This record gives sequence, C-alpha cells and structure tokens, in this order.
Amino acid sequence: MSATDLDLTRPAASRAAVMWRRFRRNRAAVLGLVIFAAVALAALLAGVITPGDPLRLAGQPLTPPLTVAASPFGTDQLGRDILAGILHGARISLLIGVVATVISIAIGILIGAVAGYFGGWIDDVLMRITEAFQTIPSFVLLLTLVAIFGSSLTSIVIGIGVVSWTAPARMVRAEFMTLRQREFVDAARNLGVGNASIIFREILPNALPPVIVFASVVMATSILMESALAFLGLGDANFASWGNMIGQGRAVLREAAFCTVIPGVAILLTVLSFSLMGEGLNDALNPRQKK
Amino acid sequence: MSATPILQIEDLRISLPAGADRPYALEHLNLTVNAGEIVCLVGESGSGKSLAANAVMRLLPEPRVHVSAGRILLDGEDVCSRSEAEMRKLRGDRMAMIFQEPMTALNPQKTVGWQIDEVLRLHTDLDRKGRKARVLEILADVHIPDPASACNAYPHQISGGQRQRVMIAMALVMNPRLIIADEPTTALDVTTQKQILRLIKEMQAKHGTGILFITHDFGVVAEIADRIVVLRLGELVESGPADQILNRPQHPYTRALIAAVPALTPPPHKPLSDAPVVLRASNLRKSFAARGGLLSGRRNAVVAVKDLSFALRRGETLGVVGESGSGKTTVSRIVTRLLESDSGEVMIHDRDLIRASRADLRSLRKDIQMVFQDPMASLNPRKRVVDLIAQGPIVHGVPKAEAHARARELLELVELSPAAADRYPHEFSGGQRQRIGIARAIAMQPRVIVADEPVSALDVSVQAQVLRLLADLRDRLDLSLLFVTHDLRVAAQLCDRIIVMQKGEIVEAGPTAEVFAAPEHSYTQALLSSIPGRDWQPPQLSVA
Repeated sequence: MSATDLDLTRPAASRAAVMWRRFRRNRAAVLGLVIFAAVALAALLAGVITPGDPLRLAGQPLTPPLTVAASPFGTDQLGRDILAGILHGARISLLIGVVATVISIAIGILIGAVAGYFGGWIDDVLMRITEAFQTIPSFVLLLTLVAIFGSSLTSIVIGIGVVSWTAPARMVRAEFMTLRQREFVDAARNLGVGNASIIFREILPNALPPVIVFASVVMATSILMESALAFLGLGDANFASWGNMIGQGRAVLREAAFCTVIPGVAILLTVLSFSLMGEGLNDALNPRQKK
Repeated sequence: MSATPILQIEDLRISLPAGADRPYALEHLNLTVNAGEIVCLVGESGSGKSLAANAVMRLLPEPRVHVSAGRILLDGEDVCSRSEAEMRKLRGDRMAMIFQEPMTALNPQKTVGWQIDEVLRLHTDLDRKGRKARVLEILADVHIPDPASACNAYPHQISGGQRQRVMIAMALVMNPRLIIADEPTTALDVTTQKQILRLIKEMQAKHGTGILFITHDFGVVAEIADRIVVLRLGELVESGPADQILNRPQHPYTRALIAAVPALTPPPHKPLSDAPVVLRASNLRKSFAARGGLLSGRRNAVVAVKDLSFALRRGETLGVVGESGSGKTTVSRIVTRLLESDSGEVMIHDRDLIRASRADLRSLRKDIQMVFQDPMASLNPRKRVVDLIAQGPIVHGVPKAEAHARARELLELVELSPAAADRYPHEFSGGQRQRIGIARAIAMQPRVIVADEPVSALDVSVQAQVLRLLADLRDRLDLSLLFVTHDLRVAAQLCDRIIVMQKGEIVEAGPTAEVFAAPEHSYTQALLSSIPGRDWQPPQLSVA
C-alpha cells in the first residue's frame, strides 16, 4: 500500500453506455423502444406518406381496409383516409403526451421539492393543496376544466398537465425528504450554497431517476385521457387525433368496426410502448431497486 | 472429545457470480476451532470474512454465491452436504450466530422473551412453563437486570448493549457447540463493548463453546483471541496463536495492519499557549424539541448540549471525545451552524457565527469548513470531483476556470492523481473519497476544519493514511482542527488537547497526554480502561 493514493480503478464506461447496457437487458423495454420509434417515425413522416389534410375527403365512405390501394386502412363514414388519420394523429398524441407530461412533472417537481426540502408548515400547506387535487377524480376535474376553458388543443394539454401533477409531487417530496438528510446537502450548506441552488443543483439530479420513470406512466395516461375526452366528443375537432377517430367511429361500430379498431390499436401500442420503456428506464436508472 | 475440533474448515472456496471483481470470495481457507477456544477472523472490508461465517451457517445468497470446493466439518460431520431441513435443525441448536447490529437482527414486532422462546419452541420439547423458566435463566446468565420485565420488553425499549446481550442469550440458550460472532461489538460504545466482550469470554469459559469471532479491530482481537486468522481479499495470509500474530507477525500484510493500529501514545505536547485563539465557543446550548402530533401535544425536549465552552488555538487539534448520545456530533453541527443553537456564541476572529446575518454567515463559512463522517454520503454522487472541490470557491465568487485549476492542484495536495478530477465519487474507494472531502474543505482556505468522525468509516490501514494526511495539512497550512471522535486511539494519535463529553457536558478537558496518563473524572477513567486491547502495545514494526 503506497502512501500516495494514485492507483485508481479502471475508468468506468460512460454513464450513457452503462445505462444503455442495463436498458438493453430488459427485452420488453427494447420492444417498447422499437414501437415508440415506429410511432415517432409515423409522426415525422406523416406529411410524406400521406400528404395533404388528413381530414379531407379521400374516397368512398366506409371503404374496408385492404381493398383500395390509395387507402390501405380504408376510410371512415365521411370518406376520410384512416391511414392518414393514424399518421397525423400520432403527431397529436405524442405532442399531447410530451407537453402534458412536461407540465405535470414541472409542477410536481416544484411543489414536491419545496415541500420536501423545507418541511414544517410549508410542507403542510402544499400537501393539503395536493390532497385537495387528489380527492377529485382526475378525469372529472379534466372534464370540468375543458367545459370551462373550451376544448381547444391548448386548453386540453394544459388541463391534462394540471390534473396529473399530484403523484409526481408526492414522489419528489418523498425523495427530497430522504435526500435532504444526506451529508452532501450539509456539505453544500457549509460551503455557503443557497437554498435554491441546493434544491435544484444538488438534490434534484439525485431525485430525478424515479421521476423520469414515472414520467413514462404520465405520458401514457395523458394520451389515454385525451382519447377519452375525444371519445366523449370533447376533443379538438380541428385535429385528426386518435381519440376523435374512435369517437366518430363509434356511430358505425357495428357495420364498420375497423373505424374504431385501427386507432384503438394505435393507442394501445403507443401506451404499451411507454409502459415497457418505463420499466426499462427503471432498470437503467435504479439498478439497486431490482437486486 | 478433544480429538475432533468443533469446527474444521478445509480448503474452502466460495465462488462469486460472474462479473464480480474477483472470481472467488474466498480461496483455500483452512481453519479449526477447538472446544473452549476463541478464534478471531481478522480482515479489512472485502476480505470475505463475513462470507466465511455465512458459509458455515449455510446462509450464503445461493446460488449466486456458493461454496464450490472444500469441506466444512461441524464436530466431524460435513455441513455442506446437509439438506436444508437438516440445516434448520442444526442452526440455533448446535451452532448459533451473533450479528453486528442487534437492532436489525431482532424482530422489532416481538418481545425479547418471545424471540428467545421461539428458539426453544423449535428445538426442544419443553412445555410452556419449562421454556419460560429457561428464558429467564438464560437472561439472568447474560446479566440482564430484572429478566422478568426484560422478557416482556420490545427490542427498541432496551439499550444497545442489552440488545446485544439478548442476542447472546438467544445464541446460547441451546448451549450450542459453536458460536459465530460477526463483528458483535462494532456498533457499540467502548464501555459497552468491554462488557460484552467480557460476557462472551465468561459464557465461553462456562460452556466450553467454540467461538469464531469476526472483527476488523485489532484492539478487540488483543482482548479476546486465543488464535488469529488473517484474511486479505479472500486469501488466508497468516494464522497462529494470538501472541505470535500480535507481537511477532511474519507476513508483510499483517505487519502493515498491525503497524496501522494507532498506538495509545499521545503526540508530544506542543507549546501552543501563546498561539492566538482562532475559535472561541462559549455557553453553547442546544435542546431538541420533539415535534408533537396534532393530538399528542408537545413531548419533553431533549437537551443535547448544555453550557459548553471551549477555545481552539491556531495550529492546534482539539479532540471532542465521548460515547454516542454525548452530544459531540451536535457540537460539530453547532459550531458550523448547520444546526441553530439555542444560545451561546461562537467567535471566529471577533465575529459571532451564531448571530451572523445571512450575508455575514456566508463569508464566515469560508473560515470554518467541515469534513464529514461518511465519505460516500457527503459527496454528491452526480458531480464530478473537480466540480465538488471547486464548488465552494465558485459560490464565493472565484472565477470558474481559476477554481477548477486550483481544485486540480488540491488533488495533488491530498495525494490523489490529477486524473481523478473528471471522475465521479462512486469510482473511488472510501479512503480516496475522504481525501476528496478534505480537498473540498481546504479549497475554501479555512482557518478551522471541523472533522466529524472522519475516519470511523474507513479500514485501519486507510485510517492511518488519512490521519497522517490531516496532520500534515494542519501543519503545512497552519490550520486548527476540531476533531470529533468516539475512538480514543484515534484521538490519541492526533489531538493536542481533548475534551471529554458525557450527556452534553464537558466532564474533563486538558492536554491529551495528561488526560490519558492521569484521568481525573470517573467517566474518563471508565472510557480509558475500556479501550479494547489497552494492555497490548502494538510492536514497533518496520513495514516493508
């Protein structure tokens, strides 16, 4: 044993490489990633594969799938091309999923972090507010918000974000309550680092992994919520969203089930891909949890 | 009887799962425990000593970690070939284990009596009355005051030392042939440790049990071992009678280990009485008010520190020693104002830290820095080493580039490779992490460093290096150290003066050499006489 501690362990692989290796070990997660990539690709290439407005008339109404080359997935009762609707709808669904998730996680982190870090009466007040939100079923609250603010895409996205921040907030709070007792927080305080800096630069990066995993769940439920809204006829009719397609196909469910089944499968696959990826992310980010 | 030893381990090999840092946790381990003998298995962390114990009990996390070669003979019968059902009969009956942390080893939901009774229920045909009598008898045997009421107590209602006594009672109740004790006193205070060690010896003499005692502490070894086996990274380095290993070790590793044990000789008295006082604390008080619930009302406040005063001179090391609950950690948190004190003042160069405004406090923090106990928890795992060290200066307005350059210089000062700068804390060993913690503290160019148990989480050999580094930096940078520790050997190594704390009060203070030579207060005397292995003077060894 030498007096100088110059001997270091071999350089570890970069963080991203290690995470990818852990993620890859979960086959279902890789499948989820593949499905997600397909959905993202569909959203990107929607304008190339099916150019033009997806809501325009594209052929005979209620053409069954695989009969006309121009519309392989068939058309709905207004003669709109279902393939175009699926591809363009992917954009809307992903947009809603991502933006609503960002909104809900951002609110959740802010409230959870402040409550968990300061504790005391601040925690009490913030948690009572959170509970107030939690006591109302989130979909009912969303319906109310949409009824008040109208069913434009913007208000739907914000509405979904606003009704789904409570779970991330509680999660972040719990993480903060354990992390703030760790010595590195004392060490930072001892260096004269301010509260805001401790919350966001010291503790938050350590609290993020479970939140990121949870974000995939929030993303899946956001897409489902939007679909449910559209199904009830409260979606934004100016956009081809999957929920709208199901909602309108409901009228012809008996004679042309494909009008609802195809967008239904699209939603199923997308939500499934998020759930599978969430599990993989959990393996990648919280390796100790599974041992 | 004496022909077959109680425990015989022959050529034992334990395999680790693929991808571990070495293929075998243990290799070619040979070991015998005879009746009425205490064999100490000594090694630093990662030496495989605990796995050896678990292998004997067949408690390895199989199949990932398993015995791949060799034999373990209990009274001449091979343990490895037993079925799980047969093993259950053996455990608790003919061999028993005492764990390190009695709080977690005992079931918090069951009373002490129930848990001892359970062993009897499993292994004997005694009826209720018979079992109850036996439980009371064994509790009395391990000197638990008032066994009848202890029986009905839950583990959290009795003290740590008593919990360990209960564990020992549980292990002894069937009069096993072999007891495996895995660091049974590591979690205890010195005075309690002494009592427990004495109890183990007494029980062993009474029942003629063979004991396999696992520890990392050579003081404890010197106290109780008949024979010693030294392990290093899964390999047996040296074994032999206690006297031979302790006083005439042969293998260089054993020699290095023993040389690293801090001797109980305080440093020569430094003439410091004319050095200026850097930090003066007076009349510090702190009590913790337990927050009551909505309906339960306020509970009584616990006084952690009462009326504490001391002065720290430039270049001096002041040791704060005491057992757990003495308030020594609270002191370290108050003088750095990580905890608000109830009253009193901490003067650093005529400025009061306790009553400083936010802005003043920020600038004062530069003068007093802290090194923490747990080098893993005190470094943010998401930050690179260079960012960790440069963080303080950057917060205080040093340009980033300059702070980073200085951080790299500091790495050299704490004897780390400059390549360490861009790594994350988890890539370092415990000792290396503590060096990073020290570099972070001195990056602020403080006058005072408060070190809260900075070496108690480290192996002995690393401990010695870190202590040497601290002493060296103190002398080179003219720092003052406030050194909080429970380990009197460590205090003796480094401290010029010590204050001994008990229940939030200073019971004795003075130059280390004087306090060690002629302790005045009865508590100090008790502490000093409890240092394990105090009669054993580690031999002066030249380490090759």
